[in-house]
Amino acid sequence: MIEFAHITKTYNADTPEAYTALRDVSFSIAEGEFVAIMGPSGSGKSTLMHILGCLDTPTAGTYTLDGRDVSTMTDDELADIRKDKIGFVFQSFNLLSRTTVLRNVMLPLVYAGMPPEERVARATEALESAGLTAEHFSHLSNQLSGGQIQRVAIARALVNDPALILADEPTGNLDSRTSLIVLGTLQELNRTHGRTIVLITHEPDIAEHADRIIRIRDGAIVSDEKNHAARDAAGETKLYDEPTRV
Amino acid sequence: MRNSDLFEETYAALSANKVRSSLTVLGIVIGIASVIALTAIGQGAQDSISNSINALGSNLLEVMPGATRQIGFGASSGRGAAKTLTQDDETAILGVSNVAAVSGEYSARYQITVAGANTNTTVDGVDAAYAAIRNISLDQGSFVTDSQSLSLAKVAVIGSTVATDLFGTDATSSNLIGQSIRINNMLFTIIGVMATKGGSGFGSQDDEVFIPLGTALQYFAGNGNRFLSTIDIQATSQGAMTQVQNDVTALLLTRHNVSDPTKADFSILNQADLVSAASSVTGTLTTLLAAIAGISLLVGGIGIMNMMLTTVTERMREIGLRKAIGATKKDINNQFLAEAISLTFIGGAIGIALGWSIAAVLNMTGLMSAQVTFSSVLLAFGVSAAIGIAFGWYPARRASTLNPIDALRYE
Ligand SMILES: Nc1ncnc2c1ncn2[C@@H]1O[C@H](COP(=O)(O)OP(=O)(O)OP(=O)(O)O)[C@@H](O)[C@H]1O
Ligand SMILES: [Mg+2]
Repeated sequence: MIEFAHITKTYNADTPEAYTALRDVSFSIAEGEFVAIMGPSGSGKSTLMHILGCLDTPTAGTYTLDGRDVSTMTDDELADIRKDKIGFVFQSFNLLSRTTVLRNVMLPLVYAGMPPEERVARATEALESAGLTAEHFSHLSNQLSGGQIQRVAIARALVNDPALILADEPTGNLDSRTSLIVLGTLQELNRTHGRTIVLITHEPDIAEHADRIIRIRDGAIVSDEKNHAARDAAGETKLYDEPTRV
Repeated sequence: MRNSDLFEETYAALSANKVRSSLTVLGIVIGIASVIALTAIGQGAQDSISNSINALGSNLLEVMPGATRQIGFGASSGRGAAKTLTQDDETAILGVSNVAAVSGEYSARYQITVAGANTNTTVDGVDAAYAAIRNISLDQGSFVTDSQSLSLAKVAVIGSTVATDLFGTDATSSNLIGQSIRINNMLFTIIGVMATKGGSGFGSQDDEVFIPLGTALQYFAGNGNRFLSTIDIQATSQGAMTQVQNDVTALLLTRHNVSDPTKADFSILNQADLVSAASSVTGTLTTLLAAIAGISLLVGGIGIMNMMLTTVTERMREIGLRKAIGATKKDINNQFLAEAISLTFIGGAIGIALGWSIAAVLNMTGLMSAQVTFSSVLLAFGVSAAIGIAFGWYPARRASTLNPIDALRYE
């Protein structure tokens, strides 16, 4: 499904502040895989995720999604892919402020042109599967706690039933119990609906739920292993740092 | 994206910042209202001027003695002073085709007295046809007749202002017929009182006294002087006026033995020319007023653009997020354009209502006559929609062409 070939991303290329966040990254992800990406802060995880989500373009290398080279697509085609194929949970700034929870979750369906009755049902379902109760649906997004915001963002990522879900530290703000609910949701989507999931996390016990763990450091892949092997390696070599929050 | 959703998003965005939206709308309201109100005032002036010109009579041509003069400029080179027009000219003009009626006129100002009151006004010696030519209707009595003119009868028809001046404010209700007045110390009998025509700057006939032409020439024109101060001609139709003017010119040139038309000893004033000259002046006035109002409309439009640009900058991350979850360029573009157009549309609607009310209030107070024209409303609506599109286009384009990740990262 996903094919990364020698992807390099340099920010501010051709200026003195040029910074290479990803160097020669190659991997492929098959349909139905649950992949965790781990790495220290600043290692380029979010950058990688943005390229995966067709929000940003690589400086060099080719990204093939479902057999098509993303760099050849027009803006509108990319928008369609983001709308139909990809569900995104951002690391920060996820929701529209002064907009209700329900409306936030319905937004991808609004852009997909779905009729109102149908999208309310879909959004309600998505919110429930992300562990939110009906009492929160009419809250404005700036009246929510950090954890609730994250769960609404997850609900929104699920709502258009995308083939690929990209989550940038979705459990970063959550306590362990809600983290488990969220992970359970993702796992369910993966196991029973065959959705492809790419999850960024700092926490080993979250990564443990994935089938495969890719570790990056300084913009390059340092390991790419099946889960059990990864878990063992993690225990010994400590490739990742403790989460650092600011 | 559905239209109902676009509407909902627009409503949410505009109501999120009510004060700012209202102030922006206010700019457009003022612009549109002033366009409507000022063009209404201009149109009102134009209408009242052409009404008062038309009140002089319809399809009217006036032949005046003396050299040709330009319409609207300068005192005539001695109207009444030049002595070139005669009653024979008048009779000859009646023979020109498409002439409906002709009346000679001899006028001068005299002191008019009754017991205990006096006034100074224009005394006009006219033929019976004059009443029809100049749309004169009488409140009481009858107009002068041609037989009175021949018999040099000392009878007078007085205007309503003259009646009030001489007999007091309740004059029109009492019967003035048969009463005597002294014109230049000569005793005349009132045979008619004119209905009020209304104040018009162009020779109000309410303040005039009409007597038979023959009487006027006999007693007032001086020894053996039989020259007219004006000949009024009514053409049969508006379309015939030019032909009548040309034919009368040719006729009088021949009769006066003038071979060079530029040396004519008379001039002809065409009512249609007067109307078009007056309306070109008021038309210019209307355009000027509209231009001033247009400037405020432009300023209002710039206000919209300013607000939209600020909004785009403020909502950068929102735009990024919308794009990340599948909004196309067109979706974002439409959203911002819809906001700008809604602002101008609301402003336009309120502005039209306000402009209309201003015009209505002006009419009610009677200070000015203001005539709201359908075309100015249409224009204002079109202009406000155009402003929305023109001034919303650039901010909307800026928003839609943002790279999603740059927009998301924007601080
Ligand atoms: N727009 C940008 N311009 C310049 N440099 C950037 C930009 N975005 C990211 N970087 C740099 O690229 C590097 C990788 O950033 P990235 O956000 O991918 O890290 P990350 O692995 O997601 O870190 P974290 O775990 O803290 O979220 C960082 O050093 C960052 O400073
Ligand atoms: Mg990150």
